[in-house]
Amino acid sequence: MSKDPNYPYDRQKLRETLNQLEQVPGVSKPDSILTVDNIERRFGGLNAVDVNHLEVQRGAITALIGPNGAGKTTFFNLITGFDQPSNAPSLFGSGDAKWSFNGRDLGKTAAAKVARAGMVRTFQLTKALSRMTVLDNMLIGANNQPGENLFVGLIHPLWKQRENENIEKAKELLVRFKLDEKINDMAGDLSGGQKKLLEMARALMSDPAMIMLDEPMAGVNPALTQSLLGHIQNLRDEGTTVLFVEHDMHMVRHISDWVVVMAQGKLIAEGLPEDVMKSQAVVDAYLGAHHDRDLGDDAALTTGIMTSIANEAELEAGRNNS
Amino acid sequence: MNLISISTAKRTKSVGIWLALATLLALLTGVFSVHPAHAAENCVPDSETACVEGIIRTSDKEPAAGVELSLNGPSGEATTLSGEDGRWSFPVNVPGSYEVTLNVETLPEGQFISQTDVRQIEVDLGKKGAALFPLTADESAAAEAGGEVVSTSKGSNQFSWPRFWQQFVSGIRMGLLIALASVGLSLVFGTTGISNFSQGEMVSFGGLLAATFMTLIGNLIVAGILAILAAALFGYFQDVLMWKPLRKRGLSLMQLMIVSIGLSIFMQFTFQFFYGGGVVSVGAPRPETVEFWGITLTTYSVFAMIVSIVAIGAVGYALMYTRFGRATRAISDNPPLAKASGINVDKVIRIVWIVGSGLAGLAGVFFALIFNGITWFTGGQMLLLFFAAVTLGGLGTAFGAFVGSMIIGLVVEMTNIWLPGDLKFATALFILILILLVRPQGLFGRKERIG
Amino acid sequence: MDFLTTLLQVAISPTTIAFALAAIGLNIHFGYTGLMNMGQAGFMLVGGYGFGISVAQGLGFWPALLISMLATTLFAILLGIPTLKLRGDYLAIVTISAAEIFRMIGKMAMLQNVTGGPTGLPGREFRTAFTGLSPLPDGQTTILGLTYLNNGIDDWWTRLAGGFLVILFIFITWLLIRSPWGRVLKGIREDEDAVRSLGKSAYSYKMQALIIGGIMGGFGGIFLSLPGSLHPDAMGRPTTFNLWIIVLLGGAATVFGPVLGALIFFITRILIITAANAFIPDSMLGAQQTEQFAWLLIGLALIFLVVFRPQGILGDKKELSFNV
Repeated sequence: MSKDPNYPYDRQKLRETLNQLEQVPGVSKPDSILTVDNIERRFGGLNAVDVNHLEVQRGAITALIGPNGAGKTTFFNLITGFDQPSNAPSLFGSGDAKWSFNGRDLGKTAAAKVARAGMVRTFQLTKALSRMTVLDNMLIGANNQPGENLFVGLIHPLWKQRENENIEKAKELLVRFKLDEKINDMAGDLSGGQKKLLEMARALMSDPAMIMLDEPMAGVNPALTQSLLGHIQNLRDEGTTVLFVEHDMHMVRHISDWVVVMAQGKLIAEGLPEDVMKSQAVVDAYLGAHHDRDLGDDAALTTGIMTSIANEAELEAGRNNS
Repeated sequence: MNLISISTAKRTKSVGIWLALATLLALLTGVFSVHPAHAAENCVPDSETACVEGIIRTSDKEPAAGVELSLNGPSGEATTLSGEDGRWSFPVNVPGSYEVTLNVETLPEGQFISQTDVRQIEVDLGKKGAALFPLTADESAAAEAGGEVVSTSKGSNQFSWPRFWQQFVSGIRMGLLIALASVGLSLVFGTTGISNFSQGEMVSFGGLLAATFMTLIGNLIVAGILAILAAALFGYFQDVLMWKPLRKRGLSLMQLMIVSIGLSIFMQFTFQFFYGGGVVSVGAPRPETVEFWGITLTTYSVFAMIVSIVAIGAVGYALMYTRFGRATRAISDNPPLAKASGINVDKVIRIVWIVGSGLAGLAGVFFALIFNGITWFTGGQMLLLFFAAVTLGGLGTAFGAFVGSMIIGLVVEMTNIWLPGDLKFATALFILILILLVRPQGLFGRKERIG
Repeated sequence: MDFLTTLLQVAISPTTIAFALAAIGLNIHFGYTGLMNMGQAGFMLVGGYGFGISVAQGLGFWPALLISMLATTLFAILLGIPTLKLRGDYLAIVTISAAEIFRMIGKMAMLQNVTGGPTGLPGREFRTAFTGLSPLPDGQTTILGLTYLNNGIDDWWTRLAGGFLVILFIFITWLLIRSPWGRVLKGIREDEDAVRSLGKSAYSYKMQALIIGGIMGGFGGIFLSLPGSLHPDAMGRPTTFNLWIIVLLGGAATVFGPVLGALIFFITRILIITAANAFIPDSMLGAQQTEQFAWLLIGLALIFLVVFRPQGILGDKKELSFNV
């Protein structure tokens, strides 16, 4: 990968820069790769996401933490084009939701285009392409294959060389993620942890400027967790900004440079990992989650509540489309 | 089948499915009385032959046999009699204009021609030309024999308010019948996720069985109730022997959908095998007609509409206010959660199959009653309307299915005022596609949540 | 050798060829992309009408063929726009409905002059444009006990051209599927969201697949109507269901599956009907009922295939294509 002159390869320096920032939600960063303004998503009457302002520092490992149901995954979906904000600008009425990545406006951009812009995500429930080989999974991650055009694809010589280059690259990545022995296995036959690794490796095939990992450590055994954390740090060191979601705040302390905390759809704190964990708002949010009604916590959901949410969602859907 | 390996779980399931199909077959064959195959000498058009043909039916839509018709035209003169099924045909081998004359002397007693006894027809080789001679039982409305020659053309599509209201009421009637079948379709979809393509055949099943029970028993109400019970029972067996084992086997929804298509084909041709390809009449006595505000309806129609409203109302009430209803809705919302909170999902699904099939059977009985008989394909033809209704209302919401059905029913009957009859189903399906463009989740559906 | 000749006759009949062509298209839809197209017969009808009407209205062969392909493309786009972003069963319901609408419109008495109305468009109105291309000399030829005209109704030329198209379509499928384009298709079949997250527009790929498979179906429609006439009822729901059986039988997501499926399907059908006619007395099973009986078995076959061998004859269970 070619070196990006603007990228802060020196992590120590980056941390010093971050150290000088004021630790309040929505604080402005000196070199922001992703800037989000006024993004809201309502399901029924519940505000799943309501973020006023957030900037993500280029080159940092930013952890997005929060209790279950804080709206972290929904936030990811919105940013990456898998869901539309409720206040998205539309034909009827104007919304004020707006976010930009690497200086490019992303509001209303389709998920595929977001990925092509250099912001690639993974999923909480891994989405390995089960009935394709590990190698094919990797190759599909590359974004520079001309043969993915129908007509070019028909003519072998036009894409053969790029294919070979991509295979080489895939092999390197697989070696790095210790999946090289599985290269011809069906992805569906991998273990849960291996699928997580594959998903991460696949996302790297297109050399994204930023990778968004949705709970990369969920459901992975402790031994693999350590190596995953190592991989994430390597990603950063080699030039990829990392934003990752995690609900266990202790997991993120060692590797993240900056922590953003969400609860009930809102940003409640932002700061250095060692400081933000002590903040009263964060402690309250985590403890409070066990008392309050909460969207993602299945145990707290009774059928009654579900029905009321459903009804509200219906009304909501009606409003959106009228 | 290998008895030794029967103990393995997979084999047992296969046995279950085999049994299911065997029982299905037995159930179908056991209940049906075999009707004689039709023995009409049909004229088949080919590159050398054209057919001038038609079916003569009495005013109560029974085939009129033994009516004499004569043909005059470029290929000469000929005479024929209508067959047992009312069908008549003249093969001719010169294209051109022919005149068909009906001998009014040979009409069944009390039957009169209502428009004309002479029709002019143009035919091309390889094609058929139909001449219709509508009959009436009302002597005062009879046309004069030897009257003017009428050339075959479709009735004009002229708008008039009486016609509008007549079609409007027919639309409501159609909507209610569609609703009976679609509510079941919607409930099954909501609880199991299956797009059940064999729901149409449950409608045919009800109607055809009503006809069979009617010949056996002779009492319309009893025959109808028996047919509905049989349909409900059939739904029960479908779930016990087929759908449940297949669910447990872990088939994907698409596979289940294709299975339902297979079942639909199987049932259609089983019907055809036993009942033949023609219209099977329930053989109910001729209904009285009632007139109000210039709208004419048969007593059967009125009865069917009332019963439909009651049945749909009862299902709606059950869904809203009973334990079973709440459980059904909970499963539609979130099956794992419903299961975790102690709802017996399999039991609810079974009841849904029974109720859904019973309602479809009821719809079939009414179809047969109102439209003077039912064929092996009636349900299959209506199936797409059911899907249109369910999709329109929002997949998986029973109330949506009802509203969707009423809209589709009205559309089907009302477009008839302006558009040719050939298109009445087409418009309903067209609306379905339009709706999907504008509001894919249907009128009452919820948007899907990704991620 | 009489019996073998019958089998051969069925194997190379224009109907078998037509179904093989349409099944290859359906395989691209369902086998490789996972699209539940329940209206492939509609694509056949659109393609058939596109060609037949164009020729009947006085166009030459190639312009008519172009119009036919454009018509199927348009049909695919119209169906794809509302459905390809939605769950799979919406596509199923919309395609089956659209196919029915199209059939009903084709059958309209009002359009008698254009579509031939309920009686269909006779083959003589459009066949000559096709037979005119034939390089074969006039006359008739006997090969392996089968005698047909070289050029004319139900001729060798139709079989030759059809056979060539089958091979061409198989070749195109093979090329496409081993290309990166085909890899994206398979990825979409596996998990659409994953593919979108990797920067491919699933919608656009599904649309392309729908169009290509639809065009292939359109060719099937042309070949089905060339020997006899273009009849809307010959391309109704039963045709679609048969195509599904053919694809599932041969093996979805395999290159040769659809052709093998078509051969087996039609040969088995003729075997059943011959056997039933030979061994079951007419009093028990009339000719018409034999036909119905064959259909009944087709329904059962579909159920058993999907339940017990969803990957078909050639398919690999690891790569069978039922999702959701």
